[in-house]
Amino acid sequence: MPHPLPEGPDERYAAYLAEGRICIQQCGDCQRHVFYPRLFCPHCHGSSLTWREVSGKGTVYATTVIRQRPDKGGPYNLCLVDMEEGVRFPGRVEGPAPEDVKIGMAVAARIKQEDGNPLVVFDPS
Amino acid sequence: MSFRGKVAAVGVGLAGIGEAPGLSHLDLTAMAAKQALDEAGLSFSDVDGLFAANLQNIFAPLNVGEYLGIRPKLSEGTQIGGSSPVAHLIWAALALDAGLIDTALICYGSTQRSVAGKLLSPSTSEPLIYEMPYGPRYPISSYALSTSRHMYEYGTTREQLADVAVAARQWAALNPDAFMRGPLTRDEVIDARMICDPFTVRDCCLVTDGAGAVVLTRSDRARDCNREPVYLLGAAMAHWHRQISQLPDLTQTCASETGPRAFEMAGLKPAEIDVLELYDAFSINPIMFLEDLGFCAKGEGGPFVENGGIAPGGRLPVNTNGGGLSCVHPGMYGIFTVIEAIQQLRGDCGDRQVADAKTAISHGNGGHFSSQVTAIWGVQETL
Ligand SMILES: [Zn+2]
Repeated sequence: MPHPLPEGPDERYAAYLAEGRICIQQCGDCQRHVFYPRLFCPHCHGSSLTWREVSGKGTVYATTVIRQRPDKGGPYNLCLVDMEEGVRFPGRVEGPAPEDVKIGMAVAARIKQEDGNPLVVFDPS
Repeated sequence: MSFRGKVAAVGVGLAGIGEAPGLSHLDLTAMAAKQALDEAGLSFSDVDGLFAANLQNIFAPLNVGEYLGIRPKLSEGTQIGGSSPVAHLIWAALALDAGLIDTALICYGSTQRSVAGKLLSPSTSEPLIYEMPYGPRYPISSYALSTSRHMYEYGTTREQLADVAVAARQWAALNPDAFMRGPLTRDEVIDARMICDPFTVRDCCLVTDGAGAVVLTRSDRARDCNREPVYLLGAAMAHWHRQISQLPDLTQTCASETGPRAFEMAGLKPAEIDVLELYDAFSINPIMFLEDLGFCAKGEGGPFVENGGIAPGGRLPVNTNGGGLSCVHPGMYGIFTVIEAIQQLRGDCGDRQVADAKTAISHGNGGHFSSQVTAIWGVQETL
């Protein structure tokens, strides 16, 4: 008898993003939030993960500047953002010069179209 | 379970350190393996356990075994990044102790410098889809993010990072095999070309060719070999993440787990270690590992290394060959932490020899601070 396959969590995340929603998972067993998307909770290994939209509020946890040569597009920021829900997103803060992005800075998530795909980036808030 | 003192290294080999034009990574691996076996007074036909992982063969034990004409009873190719050859020690020790094999050859080779850009690339063979859209430069950007947090939480300074690179260069100046031996000052490190904040090019490991090999056997058999055995007193491995965005605390690696486990098996404390070989892919690494392995408290790694703390004549000899920063770094550096530790304990190290060294630590790091493997070595009297 065929077993039904679950929906792919990467595809679900991307579909929400395409709708303009940044969604993460929450574990029904330990209540912790999970990112990146998975089929099982990496904290308690429960399987009752459900989706919820994030508030979008976060704080820069770590940051660097990738010193790309000017003729290749110039330097850019790469950072990790701790979201209010307790998950960490890789990302980029746009607006300030890349070296002016500081740990502890309050940021807000935004969905941007980049290379034809929706991508989460951050603005100072 | 402990394999304390059950197995020993009886031969080591190095080949093509720096640049080896015209030779393949398998040629270099074979040269290092031959040297290691010759030292031990053994031959390729004695090898019944083969341990190999590299960045140029997905099925490395098959390529290496075929080239060397070895038909192993047991092979192992754990690939967890640059720490892999250190991890292979654990499997070799278990297999030797169980009697599955009698002679283990652990070997690694790379022509990363000569074939620039043609290595297996983790970022193309295995896209990390949640990090990659932001243009990370692996692996440096992951270590840079960790460093930003270490500086923020503990006040680690740009100068302290530079002093790690300066210390490595001072050791390299004492090592005729090292690739970069010229003088290097703190200001020269800081003023070098910025690659990924806060790292300049001088905070980054070299890109070289090179190969290394180690032969291990059971301690009872080791005493019949040519060179004095160096005994494996303890070893432990761990990994917590693949991508830096998944490591909860960027200032603490799972070396904080492998250190205590390896020390427990060895029956030693950090203060009893004479020589440290800590995988220095970037200048932050020795600072982080000194803390995580228990040589100083968390956050005190910066002051520990400052002003020659780990340089020749400093408070603790660290990376005595010049490390990945100044001696050799052909893609994966782990095997060189093992070889230098063994050579120090045999008293082979000439101008850079640490006097009366009886215990040493080889610490491997892989991925983006991802995998950590700690091995502790001792001379006969430590058994
Ligand atoms: Zn859970």
